[in-house]
Amino acid sequence: MSGPLVICDDVRKTFVMGKERVHALRGISVDINKGEYVSIMGPSGSGKSTLFNMIGGLDTPTAGDVTVEGCKLAELNSSQLAWFRCHKIGFIFQSFNLVPTMTALENVAMPRIFMGVPPRQAHDDAADVLDRVGLGHRLDHLPAQVSGGQQQRIAIARALVNEPLIVLADEPTGNLDLHTGEEIIDLLNDMKSRLGVTIITATHDMKMLSCSDKIIRIEDGAVKSVDTRDTIKVKIGSIDGATVS
Amino acid sequence: MVSPDKIPEQTSLSWPIVGAVSVAGLRRRFARAMITMVGVVLAIAFLSYMLVSESLVKALIAAGNDELNILLQNMGVDIFGGGKTDEMTYLLIGLTLLTSLVGIVNAMLMAVTERVKEIGTLKCLGATDSFIVRAYFLESTIQGVCGSAIGMFLGLIVAVSVAIKSYGLYPLKLFPVTAILGALGISLVAGAVLSVLASILPAYAAARKQPVEALRVEE
Repeated sequence: MSGPLVICDDVRKTFVMGKERVHALRGISVDINKGEYVSIMGPSGSGKSTLFNMIGGLDTPTAGDVTVEGCKLAELNSSQLAWFRCHKIGFIFQSFNLVPTMTALENVAMPRIFMGVPPRQAHDDAADVLDRVGLGHRLDHLPAQVSGGQQQRIAIARALVNEPLIVLADEPTGNLDLHTGEEIIDLLNDMKSRLGVTIITATHDMKMLSCSDKIIRIEDGAVKSVDTRDTIKVKIGSIDGATVS
Repeated sequence: MVSPDKIPEQTSLSWPIVGAVSVAGLRRRFARAMITMVGVVLAIAFLSYMLVSESLVKALIAAGNDELNILLQNMGVDIFGGGKTDEMTYLLIGLTLLTSLVGIVNAMLMAVTERVKEIGTLKCLGATDSFIVRAYFLESTIQGVCGSAIGMFLGLIVAVSVAIKSYGLYPLKLFPVTAILGALGISLVAGAVLSVLASILPAYAAARKQPVEALRVEE
């Protein structure tokens, strides 16, 4: 397939809350290419998560189109969207969102099972990926029995186990300390280089900028700027042309 | 542009796989599952107790033993009426079962509310609505059937113990095996039907949760 992997074309989203209409996205148009590491930055309530949900097929735009790999997501039914999320997208959340009653192995095996892989094979595949993220010795631990950083590694393994096209990471370092956050960024970057997966993160974390190919700044539901790594100039304490709140 | 027809429907998982996921969840939430089950256990124990007692009394009356008849009359049994349970008791049993039904629905709806984020996450990973419905349906049904089985035996034990206390060893000598098995069967089936009915609403409530609203929930 030629052309961008993700095309957001004048994407608008309006939430109706009682008599009030909240415009979360006011016509976002961005392209994301295959294999890029994209950081979406912006203050809370700027529409980052809404845009995220659109790309992940979790929500539909009020107007405009989100096209992934040449397919308009709004035209898919709920079962096709489930297939799309299972095969094409890997989700990573700020609060990890692991199933607390499942072990690390079972959590990571779930997407494989949803894909229709027999459970035994799914567990073998999950063990391989957990080993790759450095948790080969924690397979039978429940999420509550490992540290926050390790939980996020399990979540990364879960996002990668189906070899997705895109990994959507919503504030992946938001609940982690500085050092662990850096480890997670390195891991994501490493996975991007090795697997060629496209990574889209919503983040406040300035450390993410060093490995981002593209930085999309969103404010008040609209794109304020799109910078590439070459054009952005990092100053001490701030970013030229991209003041991050 | 790729036609939406090119994107296949998501794979539907087989019942054994859904069952394995439900059982694993129940095992790890054992204490919670037991609390939900207690309502069913008590309701079915009451039903089983009433039905078994009725069968035992009928068997004692049918024996036509004078000494037994005196004992039965002393216990307030109308031996000329055949020892049938009166309508009021049936009404009481009905109310108990209804209360139990509402209890299971409530407990399962609470389980759905507590696990809304988990449901949203599973949907992000590719779970279909049908998977969520079947997983919650199975979970509720397993709890109901296990609770019914425990309640059934509890009712039997209590009914036989009370009968022995009141009539000595006669209930054991005249034990109506077929009638008692029938009573236990009715109790088990009633419990299973009750659980299946109670699971429908929570299962659909779980599946209706949109992943995007589910993920927004703070723990």
